[in-house]
Amino acid sequence: MDKLPKWVDVALIPLINLALALIVSGFVVALIGEDPFNALSVMVRGAVGSTYGWGYTLFYATNFIFTGLAVAIAFHARLFNIGGEGQAQLGALGVALVCLALPWPHWIIALPFAILGGALFGAAWAAIPAYLQAKRGSHIVITTIMFNFIASALLVYLLVGILKVPGSMAPETARFPEGAHLPSARDVLAVIGIPFARTPLNVAFLVALVCAWGVWMLLWRSRLGYEIRAFGQSEPAARYAGISPLKITMITMLISGALAGLMAINAVMGEQQRLIQDNVLGAGFVGIAVALMGRSHPVGVLLAAILFGALYQGGAELEFETSVPREMVVVIQALVILFTGALDGMIRRPLESLFARRKRSTSGVPAE
Amino acid sequence: MTAPAIELKGISKSFGPVHANKDIDLRVMPGTIHGIIGENGAGKSTLMSILYGFYKADRGQIYIRGDKTEIADSQAAIRAGIGMVFQHFKLVQNFTVLENIVLGAEEGAFLRQSLARARTLLKELSEEYELHVDPDAKIEDLGVGMQQRVEILKALYRRAEILILDEPTGVLTPSEADHLFRILEGLKREGKTVILITHKLREIMEVTDTISVMRRGEMTATVNTADTSPEELAELMVGRKVLLRVDKTPSKPGEVVADVKNLRVVDSDKVERLRGISLQVRRGEILGIAGVAGNGQSELLQVLGGMQDATGEVRINGEPIDLTGTKSDARTRRARGIGHVPEDRHHEGLILNFHAWENVAFGYHHAPEYNSGPLMDNRAIRQDAEAKIAKFDVRPANCWLEAKSFSGGNQQKIVIARELEREPDLLLVGQPTRGVDIGAIEFIHEQIVALRDQGKAVLLVSVELDEIMSLSDRIAVMFDGRIMGERLPSETNERELGLLMAGITDTDREHSVAEIEANLAHVAGKVV
Amino acid sequence: MSVMKSFLTATATLGLMAGAAMAEPGLIIDLGGKFDKSFNESAYNGAQRWVEETGGKYLETELASEAQREQTMRRMAERGANPVVVLGFANASTLEKVAPDYPETNFVIVDMVVDQPNVQSVVFSEHEGSYLVGMMAAMASESNTVSFVGGMDVPLIRKFACGYAEGAKAANPDVTVIANMTGTTPAAWNDPVKGGELTRSQISQGADVVFAAAGGTGVGVLQTAADEEILSIGVDSNQNYLHPGSVLTSMVKRVDNAVYDAFQAAADGNLQTGVVVKNLESEGVGVAMDEHNADLVTDEMKAAIDEAMMKIQSGELVVHDYTTDDSCPSLTF
Repeated sequence: MDKLPKWVDVALIPLINLALALIVSGFVVALIGEDPFNALSVMVRGAVGSTYGWGYTLFYATNFIFTGLAVAIAFHARLFNIGGEGQAQLGALGVALVCLALPWPHWIIALPFAILGGALFGAAWAAIPAYLQAKRGSHIVITTIMFNFIASALLVYLLVGILKVPGSMAPETARFPEGAHLPSARDVLAVIGIPFARTPLNVAFLVALVCAWGVWMLLWRSRLGYEIRAFGQSEPAARYAGISPLKITMITMLISGALAGLMAINAVMGEQQRLIQDNVLGAGFVGIAVALMGRSHPVGVLLAAILFGALYQGGAELEFETSVPREMVVVIQALVILFTGALDGMIRRPLESLFARRKRSTSGVPAE
Repeated sequence: MTAPAIELKGISKSFGPVHANKDIDLRVMPGTIHGIIGENGAGKSTLMSILYGFYKADRGQIYIRGDKTEIADSQAAIRAGIGMVFQHFKLVQNFTVLENIVLGAEEGAFLRQSLARARTLLKELSEEYELHVDPDAKIEDLGVGMQQRVEILKALYRRAEILILDEPTGVLTPSEADHLFRILEGLKREGKTVILITHKLREIMEVTDTISVMRRGEMTATVNTADTSPEELAELMVGRKVLLRVDKTPSKPGEVVADVKNLRVVDSDKVERLRGISLQVRRGEILGIAGVAGNGQSELLQVLGGMQDATGEVRINGEPIDLTGTKSDARTRRARGIGHVPEDRHHEGLILNFHAWENVAFGYHHAPEYNSGPLMDNRAIRQDAEAKIAKFDVRPANCWLEAKSFSGGNQQKIVIARELEREPDLLLVGQPTRGVDIGAIEFIHEQIVALRDQGKAVLLVSVELDEIMSLSDRIAVMFDGRIMGERLPSETNERELGLLMAGITDTDREHSVAEIEANLAHVAGKVV
Repeated sequence: MSVMKSFLTATATLGLMAGAAMAEPGLIIDLGGKFDKSFNESAYNGAQRWVEETGGKYLETELASEAQREQTMRRMAERGANPVVVLGFANASTLEKVAPDYPETNFVIVDMVVDQPNVQSVVFSEHEGSYLVGMMAAMASESNTVSFVGGMDVPLIRKFACGYAEGAKAANPDVTVIANMTGTTPAAWNDPVKGGELTRSQISQGADVVFAAAGGTGVGVLQTAADEEILSIGVDSNQNYLHPGSVLTSMVKRVDNAVYDAFQAAADGNLQTGVVVKNLESEGVGVAMDEHNADLVTDEMKAAIDEAMMKIQSGELVVHDYTTDDSCPSLTF
């Protein structure tokens, strides 16, 4: 079939999808008797209209960058890791254990260890489904989603038992020591004299950017990335080239799990500063939409994550500012995921034939 | 004068910038067998798809028996009396022959009635055209030759007057192909019109009355079969003279490079695919493995190439190699001097979505010259790719194109360039010219012979008997995971090899087609 | 163009709202929703009552998820709400962190003590109220078995259960008390199906009076009790009306009063920070008596709880508070 120009694939299609989602959302909002234009403006303003909005948008985006990268790298090996949620929960456990283990003197010392903790725990949680896939052929979609439930149950078990502060009623750990608090964007920007609202945006955002760059280097500059991509394209070809499916499946899932686990650096160490039960907030699943929309490319993931971050923050504002109920905000977010992820082909095919027709009428290159 | 069965006037079809069919005129008279030949991508299949209603022509008209006909879909084609037998059969594996024939042409609400009607009609058709098949056999229990007959019966059941066969002999042994040709003759006698699409010159010369040659989307010539020769056809197809026989000197076998003893492979369904293969390949010789697809040749290549585990013993240059994946894989095989041009370049030899330059490093991506420190040296790989593309005349000479954008022949040239330029001691080659146009076939054959002449050992697997006969210095025939015998090309013929391929070793005796087919079906039943 | 216009209009409106909202109190409805017929609903009713009586305005929002506590709390403070009322112990550690960032804003937390200069902590003597309904349960029981369904297994709910068991045993030393918790996570506050299942299981063990201290889950407990024709005891709000003739009484916990008082005190400019204990004496907890349960409550019961109430208020009777030492002499969990 005819190929689309690159700009159509990476820019036009996502934009049309987004526009469609917003139009349908507009109808839904109108149906419940709210002004859709006002709702849209509240969302946009709430997400990017102030440093407060930007702070939260980028804070949520940071979560989605981590989980989006986790899904994206697994996609390259044609592994559908939908266990980002559980891996992030375990990552949160790892980060929390590190942060609570020592009276950290300074965040700069705590951060590398927390990164290690989050990555290790997240990777370990991905390792079991990966092994079952590689060795036993148990489908990774099934195992990873089941591991989400196990992770959640494990966390509950730990939070109501061993990790709970004695005498406290909430199932949560103690607050992390002062030295394990990551500086927020407000603190950092204050140093260079830029005022910024008090938001949970913190240095983990930079860690996420470094990870995106690292994933890009890994996929397109390293032998391992070459092998991951080759394996994802064709398993027989991978075996032909001496690439071990077992090894690539394991390593890719370990990296994927580690990236998902790193989300806790932002959410747990950066914001919540204690381990709570529902610390991932569905970011593991949003990561799938982010990776799909970002075409599994780190730059695409970055942009898609910011878009979804804006949706989250804009949605929260919508709830504060208007009488659009919370459930409706979820519907709007779901519509965006639906259009950008699942219904991608709906736009792609008509566009493909449109461009094919246009090309045919403008050029007449003979067959090879 | 009778109207032609099919007449095409000025048919054109393009896909984006590619003109698949350009201004095609074609006349096929009723009661004849008409051949259409051309290289891959010449536009044969597109033309037939237009005729069968899969594509709509951009321009041009179709006349069936003198009447201008619009063919919007395959149902319209069937109504116009056109039947199609595809290269890949469209049969439901766990249905019976009868059920498959009725499928999609059921009449009335009750299946029982249409099955009964079909049974009667099928009996008549079978007798009329000598197309004997058991109506109650399940498709999965039939050999490919039989399955093809079911496809033909399906078309006849739908009252086809014009039968189109797309590459019908690709999966058949020579004797099965001969039987197919007898069936086609029978159809012709009954007044049916047959269009045969193929790229095999031998069979088109044997069976057709008239031949049209396609090249680059155009119909370059239509000739009477009696007035032409294979050489002329080849020239018309390629646009220049080609050598159909491989020009090579007698081999000078040296010491043994590959020494294989008692190789066994059991697949995941517990079926034994290799049942004790022993063979030797020497320096300076090409050992050809002949056989019908699915008799263990693929497994043999995969074991030697490190893609599959096995038991037995393999020595390369006298040193044993491990046959289990935990100790040895394709990478270690390459390190031991084994090059591998795999049978399936789309799924094994190339990553179709990778750039050409990325494919040039495929399998050798650990080589020091492709790496600098922990990262890959993409610039070095591209330089090497450009050199190889130039040397092997890969077209278009653009290493940034994705592998899927190249034609079959040029894709194969990329694989050949990658594997041969490493000058392996043992080269494994599977189906080197499958889906490759004639011009590239010649080039690829020359390269393989050149490697042999450098004193390297070559193990060639091909289902094309012509290719085995012309390239090999020694021929081993495989059947059902065993080697049935070894012959020298000068001391054997296609008939003898064909019988060995069907598992019959007493080749002096006469054998019925039924006997051969029964043998092959036995193996085919195991091929999933 | 029209989008731009409405954008500008919206901005202008927001500016006005922000100005007008300067001193409005704010209420954050916790997980479970404001119509949980229990804890949240009680708080919501308190706020509504304040609106009706004073004609004032307040800001309200509903918490979307556990992890958005901090954002919601900050958002409420940023919008200028004062005081910001948060419901439930789960807010404690978040408030501990947020409150110092907004020294000009007062916060009120219900059910937990947060030691910050700008926080009022409202706690209830649930053990005392539970003691009273426990006595009633034991007196109403014919099978000598009463039961308890808790929401999330936390010390606060054990405090309910412990007081309930102590009261039951005080009224009838031979009574058997069965106690079950719905779960260990906040989801246990809103699982009426499981609440019903637990009740059924307790009935099969002989219980004929069940006390639900489980937020939204309690709706399922009360429903099952009515279906199975046993008696039930509601919690937080007066739930007697839900199944007249089946709900023996409700252990009311006047969260509505806590919210009302906080709103009113702020309007008057005299909100006291620090710990506020709402007990029997201050009518922070109590036993609901109305026309829906009048037929179920005997004079004997009334006399018994009146006497106990007097003893507790005078200090003659001290009901054990589970949270003081994390143990319960009259019930093992």
